[in-house]
Amino acid sequence: MGSVRRSQHIKCSPDEAWKIIGDPSRLHEWFPIVSCRVEGNKRWISLANGLVFEEDIVLIDNYLRRFQYSIVNNPIVTQHLGTVDVIDDGHGECIAIYSTDMKPNVLALGIGAAAHNGLSKVKKILEGTK
Amino acid sequence: MGRRILFITTDQQRFDSLGCNGGTIARTPNIDALAKNGINYTRAHPQNVVCMPSRSTIITGQHPSTHGVWMNGVTLPVDAPSIAATLRNAGYKTALVGKAHFEPLLDPFQIFAETRMAAQKVFTEMQTSADGTLAPHRGFDHMELATHGGQGSVHYAQWIRENHPEALGQFFMVLDHELEVSAVGGGDTNAPQVKFNEIQREWYHTDWVADRTMAWLDSLGADDDWFCWMSFPDPHHPWDPPKSELGRVNWRDLDLPQGYPTDAATRESILAQKSLHWSKWYDGSFVSNYEAPLHWIPATLTADQVREVNAMAHIENELIDEAIGRVLKMIESRGWTSDVDIIFTTDHGEFQGDFGLLFKGPYHVDSLMRLPMIWKPAPSANVTPAVVTAPVGLVSLAATFASIAGLPIPEYVESPALPLNDADAAKRGFESVLTEWDSVLFGKIIGSRTIHRDGWTCTRMLPGTLHDGTEGELYNHANDPLQHVNLWNDSQHRAIRDDLLADMQSTMPEQVLPLRPVDAPV
Repeated sequence: MGSVRRSQHIKCSPDEAWKIIGDPSRLHEWFPIVSCRVEGNKRWISLANGLVFEEDIVLIDNYLRRFQYSIVNNPIVTQHLGTVDVIDDGHGECIAIYSTDMKPNVLALGIGAAAHNGLSKVKKILEGTK
Repeated sequence: MGRRILFITTDQQRFDSLGCNGGTIARTPNIDALAKNGINYTRAHPQNVVCMPSRSTIITGQHPSTHGVWMNGVTLPVDAPSIAATLRNAGYKTALVGKAHFEPLLDPFQIFAETRMAAQKVFTEMQTSADGTLAPHRGFDHMELATHGGQGSVHYAQWIRENHPEALGQFFMVLDHELEVSAVGGGDTNAPQVKFNEIQREWYHTDWVADRTMAWLDSLGADDDWFCWMSFPDPHHPWDPPKSELGRVNWRDLDLPQGYPTDAATRESILAQKSLHWSKWYDGSFVSNYEAPLHWIPATLTADQVREVNAMAHIENELIDEAIGRVLKMIESRGWTSDVDIIFTTDHGEFQGDFGLLFKGPYHVDSLMRLPMIWKPAPSANVTPAVVTAPVGLVSLAATFASIAGLPIPEYVESPALPLNDADAAKRGFESVLTEWDSVLFGKIIGSRTIHRDGWTCTRMLPGTLHDGTEGELYNHANDPLQHVNLWNDSQHRAIRDDLLADMQSTMPEQVLPLRPVDAPV
């Protein structure tokens, strides 16, 4: 299993960060994809290269501020669980953590790179709007 | 109008592959002529033995500990120093044609410019550089990129798809269904990453790189100063040159390489003397890095497979030499020859059967570290041809380019310009060269630091998954040119070992921390 984790400290309240990170329909605002569509517990995301990924929304926990999803019905991805946490840093600000566990192992690194890019962008969005 | 620079690199080429360095199989007359009329460096080392860190050293003039590309898959920041940017700021027209690889090739989200440019059908992107100004990506006016086949998102792959789609499936498929480096065998011997490629020779990436280099050069004005990095993806695996060219070298006619012990017991005995990761890779029990197939066990490599892989590499090297010859003729036709400096080298070596191994990894021996490097200064510079035996590194290239252009040596580089001869090397303190390895692949951690000095190679293994930091390797090249005898634990050599380690400790740059994230396997 390929396992990666990326994190970013964000100078805003956990609740403020959760409004964008915890909303599965707003992924395209910060993650390097071109669009996303949510229907019930399903999400479809489109990449710049034309690839479309179908995902099951596994968990949206507004108390824990944890979002989990799984890539499904994919000819390459055989196992996947993605987890995004927003954690209170104890000083009124937060840490966003994006974790991926999947097979093929190496694809986890690519999602890790996208997560790094996305978390950097969401930090700019949130800190720029404060 | 100043001196122009044609910088030629190959990928994963051995020192002994060229006629000028004692090679007897591949015919490389054009490169040999550069060596005869220029400076041939016979002890040139990379600062890391895989592509991304090594190429980042070339463009920044820095060791991996400083530029921060500590393993394949770690991206060189877009605002990192770049000798191409320095030359461009001085008025040079700049291009990189062929393999760049400062950014991951496996990039499904198109985060990185190298894969994004071809998709957007452009040849550069404007980026914010280190001084805050907007400038072309890494200082190149023109980037027209290729990698080892028709897959992926670079200009060559796009060109193949649009113009010769029938050739796309002829290349070896580098990744398997798990996206791991493929262990599939082919050719006559079922050697890993070998395939008979039905592609027409003129569509193969070697000729494409030369064609596109000439097209860019042809776009320049007669009086332009230019820096052109022509970067061939071969002879890096997969070994799938055009089938039409296989008659050049019949693998059945080849002697086995000197570095390949034919007897399995001898191979295993040699490997057992080395640090533990050697034998554990050989028997398939520990694969530490992504640069070799995950599901291939080196112990299964046969003598005939070694012969066939070598034949394929020799063929690829001949094609490269011929492509270089075409570009040099074109430069001559433009009337530029007397003012063009040509530097030829590669980013790292290849086992090609040495020790019973193929590919590369955390193994600091001549197979991977001793590189071909030739500088033919512009005839107008009146530099006397020479052979330089002093140790030098790719880390000196950036300063060399600056010196050719008549520029001050940039503050960001960590090594002076290449010496012109051994006396110059002695005068300017070229005594040793450093090489680093770090890798983390899903919890498997390997690190090492190496110094080569006075004919000795000394490697300290860093604490990691297999090593506790007390292990290492020490080789005396004068007595043991194949590095079969590890003297690390030999009490008679304790003094030289400790002296080399102390020298390494005092000259190795401190690693910039925290380490940047791994964005891809390669």
